[in-house]
Amino acid sequence: MRERRESRFQGGGNLVAMSKVLWISGGRVIDPANNRDESGDVFAVDGRVVSSLSEEQKSAARRIDAGGLVVCPGFVDIHVHLREPGQTHKENIASGTRAAAAGGFTTVVCMPNTEPPADNAGTIQFIKDAIARDAVVNVYPTGCITVGRQGERLAPTGSLKRAGVVAITDDGDCVQNNEIMRRAVEYAKMFDICVMDHCQDAALTEGSVMNEGANSIRFGLGGWPNSAEDIIVSRNVILSSYSGAHIHLQHITSAYAVDIIRRAKQRGIRITAEASPHHISLTDDLLKTYDVNYKMNPPLRTEEDRQALISGLLDGTLDCIATDHAPHTDYEKDREFDYAPFGIIGLETALAVCLQTLVVAGKCDLPFLVSLLTNKPAKVLKLDAGTLSPGAMADITIFDPEREWTANPDDYQSRSVNSPWNGQQLRGKVAQTIVAGEIVWSGESASKMA
Amino acid sequence: MTSTGTWTHKDFISIEDITRDELEILFKLASSFKQTLGRSQKKLPSLRGKTLVNLFMEPSTRTRVSFEIAASRLSADSIFISASASSLVKGETLRDTARNIVALNADLLVMRHSAPGSSLYLSKIIDIPVINAGDGAHAHPTQALLDCFTLRERWGSDFSGKKVTILGDILFSRVARSNIWALQKLGAKVTLVGPSTLVPEYFSAMGVEVSHDLKRALVDTDALMLLRIQHERQTSTHFPSLREYTSMFGLNAMRASWLKPGTIIMHPGPINRGVEIDSKLADSDHSVILEQVTNGIICRMAVLYLCASAVNPVSREEVI
Repeated sequence: MRERRESRFQGGGNLVAMSKVLWISGGRVIDPANNRDESGDVFAVDGRVVSSLSEEQKSAARRIDAGGLVVCPGFVDIHVHLREPGQTHKENIASGTRAAAAGGFTTVVCMPNTEPPADNAGTIQFIKDAIARDAVVNVYPTGCITVGRQGERLAPTGSLKRAGVVAITDDGDCVQNNEIMRRAVEYAKMFDICVMDHCQDAALTEGSVMNEGANSIRFGLGGWPNSAEDIIVSRNVILSSYSGAHIHLQHITSAYAVDIIRRAKQRGIRITAEASPHHISLTDDLLKTYDVNYKMNPPLRTEEDRQALISGLLDGTLDCIATDHAPHTDYEKDREFDYAPFGIIGLETALAVCLQTLVVAGKCDLPFLVSLLTNKPAKVLKLDAGTLSPGAMADITIFDPEREWTANPDDYQSRSVNSPWNGQQLRGKVAQTIVAGEIVWSGESASKMA
Repeated sequence: MTSTGTWTHKDFISIEDITRDELEILFKLASSFKQTLGRSQKKLPSLRGKTLVNLFMEPSTRTRVSFEIAASRLSADSIFISASASSLVKGETLRDTARNIVALNADLLVMRHSAPGSSLYLSKIIDIPVINAGDGAHAHPTQALLDCFTLRERWGSDFSGKKVTILGDILFSRVARSNIWALQKLGAKVTLVGPSTLVPEYFSAMGVEVSHDLKRALVDTDALMLLRIQHERQTSTHFPSLREYTSMFGLNAMRASWLKPGTIIMHPGPINRGVEIDSKLADSDHSVILEQVTNGIICRMAVLYLCASAVNPVSREEVI
């Protein structure tokens, strides 16, 4: 996407008449990276943000009236599954990025647990080709930590970085062997590349399908203890501390883990962490119906854990929100609870869910939530995204925080509909999503409009 | 003659969803069915022409046979489908299997499945009654019915002031969970006892007492339910060995001497003699284990009858 976008506007700036000028006026502009929260205008010329327009540019500008709406940097999601290659019946780069656009995300980082796994430069190139061909938002690939995500031998981190990955991870699985993980982070540090880890001690979660606690006991479902996460979080803190390598902890769910991360950060250890919209909004009480759309890895936890995650986001222990958008088809998901795959989609509902959970509930203000979705996730992986600074790519999201809508599976852009919010009334909807100055979503998909 | 009163459930999934009044309806109907057991002509015409499918995704002998006999006593035809004989081994989903069963004009579906929640899942998909014959560690509601029916014959309908102790592998036991709900709804106090790894403290959220002190749990109990150690289900990490279990928690003559006279000893079967219970005790006067089996038939008849009539009302005269 990055390559395509640059070339699309090549030379376009030479003549004003040929320039593409965008003028978004009258919105509440929130740009947390620049501490900006004011009613005002946002301008873009040839795909980049500018601070003002000349009269000539103004007259040539495509104008978007954002009165009553919030204008902010496009959202950044550093944890999505686009399922290409190999699982395109669930999602592909075209559908997954349309879902991203519909949810206001202009940059997503896709996980390497594809088929085959993205553990070599060739597969990364395949993904990049598909991105260049099909993506409607920016997509950055990640590569595997280990060959085949088997946790046994290191994947070629250097070649993966050269091929264009922004991080390495075995997401979906966790590297169990401490020696392998130690070498992985030491080796990755040489390339200044982040190691993202899915924190799960596999021996503690054999047969586990939901949070271990009073509810798993009552429902008779296999319990997944918090300790399975806490132990690996501790392990990673220790490995980061000794090596100085940057380890990012994916989808944290446990109150105890939040506390471990908080103390690690106080000691200056290079740990970052994310929380998902579902883990900050839902608890394991919901499993009572055995609805497979509440089955995810890691599992929904207790109210105490949920509150700890929110506190962690508020005090910076947890760096950002990431959806862990994990599409599965209805026929894969529609099974006995034990046999259904883990995971839910999240891109299209993230904004509404986070608004409700954090802003409407009075936990934080709107600019803080926007920062959890923009500059903060971008900073974790040092991505060129998440700000409206002059010169930045004009990736912009315009949303209505009050707009009520019903999450209707028929309307999803994703190829899959595995969401716990299906049929529910939500508040807060994206009006327009702009990537490099071009509208890719305005209530319906740009590709559908074309 | 009993009344079907306010029975409205199409399905019988979990005791948790059943009110005490509804339990009473079940017990009264089961009692009236019990009177027919001694007759030379045991069959009742109540479900004549109905077809019951026993879909057993997990091996079972006594529950399956009990349902088959119950169906037969009500003049229903029953068909047995096992996991290995079904198309599920060919990759068919449970949803499709169930819909095929409905398309074959089955009237009732009894399911045993290793996955918790699967009976509830099926009940939302198909219109015919779904009766849970055990879903993983979640529920085995007809077992709890027959256990409580057996106690009720001795204690009457109000279990207030009675203490029931459930001993053994509670963690993996659907029987324990269903009995916890049923016994408490009937007014009994329930204590769970066994090794800490098999009786986690989390159970106390269900209103029961959790104990690892066998003697203290046994001295004042009015009924003792033993559970089989499901060694085929556990990963090897939950306790050291069956021998250790027997030496710490097995019911032997010495421990039985802690019990009050007249304490009822129950077991849902199958018994592992010499593991959770000393062989002699299993056959003693305290034991009602075989009575439980007999009562299982009439309790299942009551469930089949009530669920079938919730869908397709049968006139009372046809019942008995």
